[in-house]
Amino acid sequence: MPDLASYLVFFLVVALTYALLCLGLALQWGFTGLFNVGVAGFFAIGAYASAILTGPDYPGQFGGFGLPIPLGWLGGMAAAAVAALAVGALTLRLRQDYLAIATFGVAVVIQLLALNLESLTGGAFGLGFIPRPLFGRFGSSTAFNLFYLALMTSLVGLVWLALEALVRGPWGRVLRAIREDETAAEALGKPVFRHRLESFAIGSAVMGLAGGLYASFTGFIAPQDFQAILTFQVWAMLIVGGAGSFAGAVLGAVAVWALWTASGALIDQLLPAAFQVRGAALQIVLIGVVLAATLVLRPRGLIVERAALSARAADGR
Amino acid sequence: MLQYVVDGLVLGATIGLGAVGLTLTYAILRFANFTHGELLTVGAYLTHGLLALITGLLGAEAVAALGRIGPLGFGWPLVLALLLAIPLTGLVALLIDALLFARLRGHGAAITLVIASFGAALALRHLVVVAYGPNPDYFSRAIPIALTVVPREILGGARLTPDQMAVLALAAVAVLGLHLLLTRTTIGRAMRAVAESPTLAAVIGIEVRKVVRWTWLIGGGLACLAGVFLGLTVQIRPQMGFDLLLPLFAASILGGIGSPLGAVLGGLLIGLAESLAVPLIGADYRAAVAFAVLILVLLLRPQGLLGRAG
Repeated sequence: MPDLASYLVFFLVVALTYALLCLGLALQWGFTGLFNVGVAGFFAIGAYASAILTGPDYPGQFGGFGLPIPLGWLGGMAAAAVAALAVGALTLRLRQDYLAIATFGVAVVIQLLALNLESLTGGAFGLGFIPRPLFGRFGSSTAFNLFYLALMTSLVGLVWLALEALVRGPWGRVLRAIREDETAAEALGKPVFRHRLESFAIGSAVMGLAGGLYASFTGFIAPQDFQAILTFQVWAMLIVGGAGSFAGAVLGAVAVWALWTASGALIDQLLPAAFQVRGAALQIVLIGVVLAATLVLRPRGLIVERAALSARAADGR
Repeated sequence: MLQYVVDGLVLGATIGLGAVGLTLTYAILRFANFTHGELLTVGAYLTHGLLALITGLLGAEAVAALGRIGPLGFGWPLVLALLLAIPLTGLVALLIDALLFARLRGHGAAITLVIASFGAALALRHLVVVAYGPNPDYFSRAIPIALTVVPREILGGARLTPDQMAVLALAAVAVLGLHLLLTRTTIGRAMRAVAESPTLAAVIGIEVRKVVRWTWLIGGGLACLAGVFLGLTVQIRPQMGFDLLLPLFAASILGGIGSPLGAVLGGLLIGLAESLAVPLIGADYRAAVAFAVLILVLLLRPQGLLGRAG
């Protein structure tokens, strides 16, 4: 396979990983109005949990369970969901932005644990030799990447369908009612807190799944994979794509990741080696500006959520 | 033991000053401003840049001839640079508000502002990297000599560098000045009124826009001071403000949102907790202490120490 095509496959696998994170965040933010600043933290929980469950026995370290890889992914989802339940139970009854601050704290603490809790996370060197599914069956890494792209595509599709079914059903209607008018929903006897908590946990589980899939794709994870910049990228993707729909989440992920990769390649080409670090910083400034500009100029993103009101109700207003 | 307390107070004074601006903007503009940590960074780097400019204008010999102030590690040029940087940082805060927050305040929920501030924070921090590069820096290359404040016989004693003492003294002066401003001046009282209830304040004829402007100027100025304190006692890094963001939030919530004195108290307590935790859990996890305090406050007293319920 020519270089460009094999790079495209790699690019798409990473873009779909981001798409999963965006889908999780779209449920939390777009459909429930929950502000999660700890995306990188939940992603990391999923990745580390899955790596520890499926990974080999590292000397002097907890783990080595060698479980089948799909079980590792489920474990990653469960771990992220449990963390979300704990944080959510504590903050979802309080002011809206307390959740933002608390999830930001979660990401900071997870980063600290990843760096320092060597017996569990391998510290700064991270965890290596994480099993990749059916890797031995494929002659080349390109063939494996192609297989993984197919796997990611079907899993993203599956999660998308599942989330779509959830929000179209009665559970999702209550969710939207809460987002639009919490007091009214409460007055109708809807359990607002429980719905929020469920949405937060499900969204975080999807992020945990993304982490598990990422770990089994690269076979190696380290603390620098889970920095605050990741949270920021995912937010930029969701805002640009449009937070009110899952299609927007996936589209935003691919579009912003393409912009990110292209600007990175451009900086690589144009700037001399001594200015590479500053160039990478400029790239982040660029995405920051794109995010801010989208918020100011096109607050609903590329794909706008269809109005929830029926045509008749809208006429009557 | 006592040394940890003293170190904690120095760190706590920095956190406290930084948190004052955060708690004020939170109360008056009603959103958690994730950009606030970057204002500390911007303030420190502005001071550093102005110091280089002053040194360039006067000539290195003239600056060297001026010498340092007493036993301190810095001289008058730094003080001048700081005095210029304080209003400039306030202006930077105003500029961010005009470019971004003011445009979002009109329409949409307050939480959109939080995302915008999160984006602006990353952009600002990396703008500093673009301008200055990623490496840490110092205000002064002088090697600090710690003086014994409490003799070794009492609880292990405590030592402080002259710069640390200056930080503590200046922080006390700044807090006193802030307290007088908020209680004795018209604009200070107007700020407290808006923090209490923006609608009521507008009804009785307070110009809310003017109050918002002053909030940014004061919050930005104090953030600049805190950033320089951090630069004097630790170092200047593009990450410095971001790393302090969690302690800043923890301090403002611990003190009670909207209470400047609460923020200072919260800052001192967080600083003490972080410092005292070092012998217990090691320096690696000290950043998690602020998170633990935050969780405890949310669990036990979400309105904070000096905040009102509801």
